[in-house]
Amino acid sequence: MFVRIKFSKTGAIRYIGHLDVMRYFQKCIRRAELDVAYTGGFSPHQIMTFASPLGVGLESYGEYMDVKFVTDIPCEEIQSRLNAVSVPEIRILDVTRLPENAGNAMASVAAAEYRIEFREGRVPLCLTSDGLFSTSAAGKALAGFLGKEEILYEKETKKGSRTLNLKDGIFAFDVTEEEGGALHLLCDASSAGNIKPSQVMEALVSFYGEELMEHALLVTRLELYTRDGQGKLIPMNRVGQDEETV
Amino acid sequence: MKTDFLALPDDILLSIDKPERYIGHEVNAVIKDPDKVDVRFVMCFPDVYEIGMSHLGIQILYDMFNAFEDTWCERVYSPWVDLDRIMREKHIPLFGLESQQPVKDCDFLGITIQYEMCYTNILQILDLAQIPLLAKERTWDVPIVIGGGPCTYNPEPIADFFDLFYIGEGETQYRNLLDLYKECRAREATREEFLHLAGRIPGIYAPSLYETTYKEDGTIASFDPLYEDLPRKIRKEAVTDLSDTYYPMKPVVPYIKCTQDRVVLEIMRGCMRGCRFCQAGELYRPVRERSPEVLKKYAMEMLKNTGHEEISLSSLSSSDYTHLPELLDFLLAECSKRHINISLPSLRIDAFSLDVMSKVQDVRKTSLTFAPEAGSQRLRDVINKGLSEEVILAGAKEAFEGGWTRVKLYFMLGHPGETVEDIYGIGDLANKIAALFFETVPKDKRVNGKVQIVVSTSFFVPKPFTAFQWAPQCTKDEFIEKAYTCRQGITQQLNQKSIKYNWHEADVSVLEGVLARGDRRLGDVIRRAYEKGCFYDAWSEYYHHDKWMEAFAECGVDPDFYTIRTRGDDEIFPWDFLSCGVNKDFLLKEWHRAQRGEVTPNCSEKCSGCGAASFGVGICFTARS
Repeated sequence: MFVRIKFSKTGAIRYIGHLDVMRYFQKCIRRAELDVAYTGGFSPHQIMTFASPLGVGLESYGEYMDVKFVTDIPCEEIQSRLNAVSVPEIRILDVTRLPENAGNAMASVAAAEYRIEFREGRVPLCLTSDGLFSTSAAGKALAGFLGKEEILYEKETKKGSRTLNLKDGIFAFDVTEEEGGALHLLCDASSAGNIKPSQVMEALVSFYGEELMEHALLVTRLELYTRDGQGKLIPMNRVGQDEETV
Repeated sequence: MKTDFLALPDDILLSIDKPERYIGHEVNAVIKDPDKVDVRFVMCFPDVYEIGMSHLGIQILYDMFNAFEDTWCERVYSPWVDLDRIMREKHIPLFGLESQQPVKDCDFLGITIQYEMCYTNILQILDLAQIPLLAKERTWDVPIVIGGGPCTYNPEPIADFFDLFYIGEGETQYRNLLDLYKECRAREATREEFLHLAGRIPGIYAPSLYETTYKEDGTIASFDPLYEDLPRKIRKEAVTDLSDTYYPMKPVVPYIKCTQDRVVLEIMRGCMRGCRFCQAGELYRPVRERSPEVLKKYAMEMLKNTGHEEISLSSLSSSDYTHLPELLDFLLAECSKRHINISLPSLRIDAFSLDVMSKVQDVRKTSLTFAPEAGSQRLRDVINKGLSEEVILAGAKEAFEGGWTRVKLYFMLGHPGETVEDIYGIGDLANKIAALFFETVPKDKRVNGKVQIVVSTSFFVPKPFTAFQWAPQCTKDEFIEKAYTCRQGITQQLNQKSIKYNWHEADVSVLEGVLARGDRRLGDVIRRAYEKGCFYDAWSEYYHHDKWMEAFAECGVDPDFYTIRTRGDDEIFPWDFLSCGVNKDFLLKEWHRAQRGEVTPNCSEKCSGCGAASFGVGICFTARS
């Protein structure tokens, strides 16, 4: 059986790189003595796929991986057994059994949702009034920015730079009511059109003639989405559930 | 305590390589409430995290200390050069990985000293921890700095930097030391009094309480304790029952891939072979085995607690473990069910080990390793390496028949009395093995049609407590000449296209030799080299030979005094006040036998009376075949 596992990655563990998180879970599953399926061949490995990799330094409450088990194990049991052998900074939030026809975690990611905060003293001026983050100033700045025909961003690649239009990939971008000031971003995270929050933020501040200060952003991933049969964005772990309720 | 706290701010962690080295929070890391313990101990391996985390000894002691309810043991490793620079610039004190709090506020800083080339890293650790480099400048404001590990069998070059050394296996006396510490602190004893009392605990050496005088020729005239109640001879500590002592059932599991990314099962301690160049072979005598029942239990429990996908058997010579077949049968059965690999270093290549390896390695046949250490039988007798050409060729033949096509051969250049013929013997042996492949494996069965023989040579550095502690070491030019001769010997061979040759750098071996058999006068040199920017000397890209040579010159110390000189039979060595159980008379007899090319039987064949029987345990008391 294939299950989709949703987990959070917070605190100090935000500094663990993507490949090491994969190694972490391989060991975690062995500690939990779960009956995971292995590939065949000369060097068998656990059948496990991760959705969109998370950058080093980012926290997340919406990470996903798909894992295949040999025997049927109740989802709640998988969750509790993994949590029992996991560090406090990585929590299994939800385990869902995947329907037969679900695409794999990596390929079916469509969008990601982020909260963007700022390290002390590094709030871009366009989001402030009287030197402090201001909900109304930020609201105006975002409105002006999103009102543009196209949002161009110079992406540095190995072969030089390439200009991207971020406009179509920004699905929602607004100001939250959280204390201290934060932005909320829902953007394309598909393999073809993936956008990073830092790219959107750089485009925003450069529109107002500024540059981001170093390590200014504190980005938290809140959720990853896929699309249902109608093309609507749904959280990755809601896949297949519409069919069940109908 | 708040577990989210990190000593380094985000800005730093985001700008350095592998921040995972510094954040702690690993699976099985032990967190205690600092208010509820009496002793804070920080255990240090003075090299980068990935190397230090791979070391079994620290894991054993970490487990032992944390089993003490009144003690919290943390870990610390050398910050890599990128973070080192930042910590100095911003005056960030070195911190323990578990608490993320400064090392200098703890009670003990224990440093394991595994190789000479980490001596400058010890100074880096002290410096970053904001602990005075010189022990004599320290007060109760900073931790007691205690060293352990193989290099403490000649602690003199680094004696200035340590308050105490623990000689021998750590499992036995630390409890007594911690109790003494608590008692002294409670009654507000002076640091000097504590060190003095500690120096009376078996295995503990307090270097500041001993004094050396030198003869005009630079050799040692006398070495004496300053107080009569301190021992003149300090004997190493050894565990008497390896099946009933501390062993980490829940080793810390790192996030980043470390050198040793597996469960390590120490099956025995000591080696019965008695190779005359080998320091470990003497230091860890007598051979003591763990019972197979205990090891089976440990293996399963550690695999469950870590989730590692590989288990490695650890010892100096695993083939000599008497219960090896029983243990391997068990592991093969259990591990294959769980997709767990078994790794078997230090196995002698013979029919049994090849059979086992073919079972654990599945279809991928990686290379096989032989360590003849010397190219000719004559020289192998000199070094007492009980491995004959017939045995090597028989093993290789079995291996080729079993489908292996890569053979690694390890040698050392610069053994005492080595001749050009001995060196040419290396090429001859490699060629014979290659020829054997073509004889043994029919053309149509050759994978890729060829065999690969990789010859690696390192340069021999005489070490304390070996038969060769009297021997002169080669000069740098001699080493390079020997490597050249060896290469020439290989290129003359018929099958030279199947043989690849690697050799180590000579500069580092020269310095290693100075530090290995050095005395207290080297303390200034090490400090000077460190002040000139030397650290991570074990990493060739950071090794600055010129700076070291400047340091020697500026301190007026001649490195050749410690290396190329032949030592007289009656010379007092800087390490003579220590005993690893093997007597100096025995080693001297071995040195003379080596010069006559006489072999000495191994411990399972015949007791040669080395002195290790005084520990009252192990192979010295088991029936011989």
